[in-house]
Amino acid sequence: MATLKEVKTKISSVKKTKQITSAMKMVATSRLRGAQESMEAFKPYASKFAEVLGSIAGKAGEEASPLLVPKEEVKKVSVILCTSDRGLCGGFNVNLIEKADKFIKNNLAGKEVSLTCFGKKGRDWAKKVPMAIDDQYIGVVGGKFDFSVASTSGQKLINRFLEGAVDEVYLVYSHFKSMARQEPVIKQLLPIPSLDEMAKNDAAPEAGKDAAYLAEHICEPSSDVLLGEMLPKNIFIQIYDALLQTSTSEHGARMKAMENATKACQDMIGELKTIFNKRRQSGITSDLMDIVGGAEALKG
Amino acid sequence: MAENIFLEVVTPSKAVVSEEAQIVVAPGSEGEFGVLKGHTTFLTSLKLGSLRYKDSSGQERVVFVSGGFAEVLPNKVTVLAESAERRKDIDVDRAKRAKDRAEKRLSSGSADIDFVRAEAALRRAIHRLSIKGVA
Repeated sequence: MATLKEVKTKISSVKKTKQITSAMKMVATSRLRGAQESMEAFKPYASKFAEVLGSIAGKAGEEASPLLVPKEEVKKVSVILCTSDRGLCGGFNVNLIEKADKFIKNNLAGKEVSLTCFGKKGRDWAKKVPMAIDDQYIGVVGGKFDFSVASTSGQKLINRFLEGAVDEVYLVYSHFKSMARQEPVIKQLLPIPSLDEMAKNDAAPEAGKDAAYLAEHICEPSSDVLLGEMLPKNIFIQIYDALLQTSTSEHGARMKAMENATKACQDMIGELKTIFNKRRQSGITSDLMDIVGGAEALKG
Repeated sequence: MAENIFLEVVTPSKAVVSEEAQIVVAPGSEGEFGVLKGHTTFLTSLKLGSLRYKDSSGQERVVFVSGGFAEVLPNKVTVLAESAERRKDIDVDRAKRAKDRAEKRLSSGSADIDFVRAEAALRRAIHRLSIKGVA
């Protein structure tokens, strides 16, 4: 049974933990805001790009770019796995890794899979399995990064795809739905899923009205050449978007996890205090009994 | 006086320009082109260069663009660039450093460097500096 002093030490240590978790929550909150801002800032570019791409995609054929052509036989598959560098964010990384793992086991069985890892957690997992790692980028997710990270890594994958070193590329990242909800998502990057679909997806309500007269665009150079230039960019955009979303999700998940931890600490402190008081009172009671007993004895 | 056309330059990290312009001159991949209000719809890729325009007060402005795409509509020009900066926002020191770095990399002659990238970086840096009138 714990002594009074032990309980007291325990209380102060839990209090310290609580201070840490609540500080981490504050940090995560402010980072979350920053990440959300960069997500917002990216939106105009992404939506405009998608709109233009969607409008010319309708006009061009499959021969516009080798990135559109599925390989006859898919042997080697590359998966981009976005996770965070740091832990203490609840089930965030576990969810992402599980999603990737299941996908690889179920859909890519018998194929040669290699990974491109954004984030330490995913890389550590890949090392442990072990799985082939093509590239790793640490210190990107959750921090400050710009578009060049996405274009560098994207270009590498595109080159590999064109050389035939890789037949398909998938992207696993965390979709930021709301502060409280982040969802692991899998997307096929290469070969680029059909253009019709792209044109459909991108013909969002607002884009729809433009699409009508966009169809009469004069293109310079020809729409096929333009499309050929835009498609790789679109891959970069998707990677960049995935990184932004994953970063935002990471901070969101950490905020939630730290909030729960702080609450748990608070509860624990309450319980420990009850124990402490009970223990103290029972100590006083027994002391009193002794004194009373002693006094009785003296009276004779 | 002709009416103004709306110019928008957006990059992945922010909207660089969003204002009315009297005339826009952009570095298209097939040659530089000028746009006034009422231009026919038109889509082109851009090469690295400077986008020039006159704002509504007639002041000439220069924006560095690293290449990208431009969509021209009768009343609006949208430029999508991976990076773009207004002349006044160009960081000369940074561009100089980038230039040195790229030059070193190119002259090192080792096989494991990405020539295309280094060259692109060098060209960006040189153009940034030339807009500033430094190089």
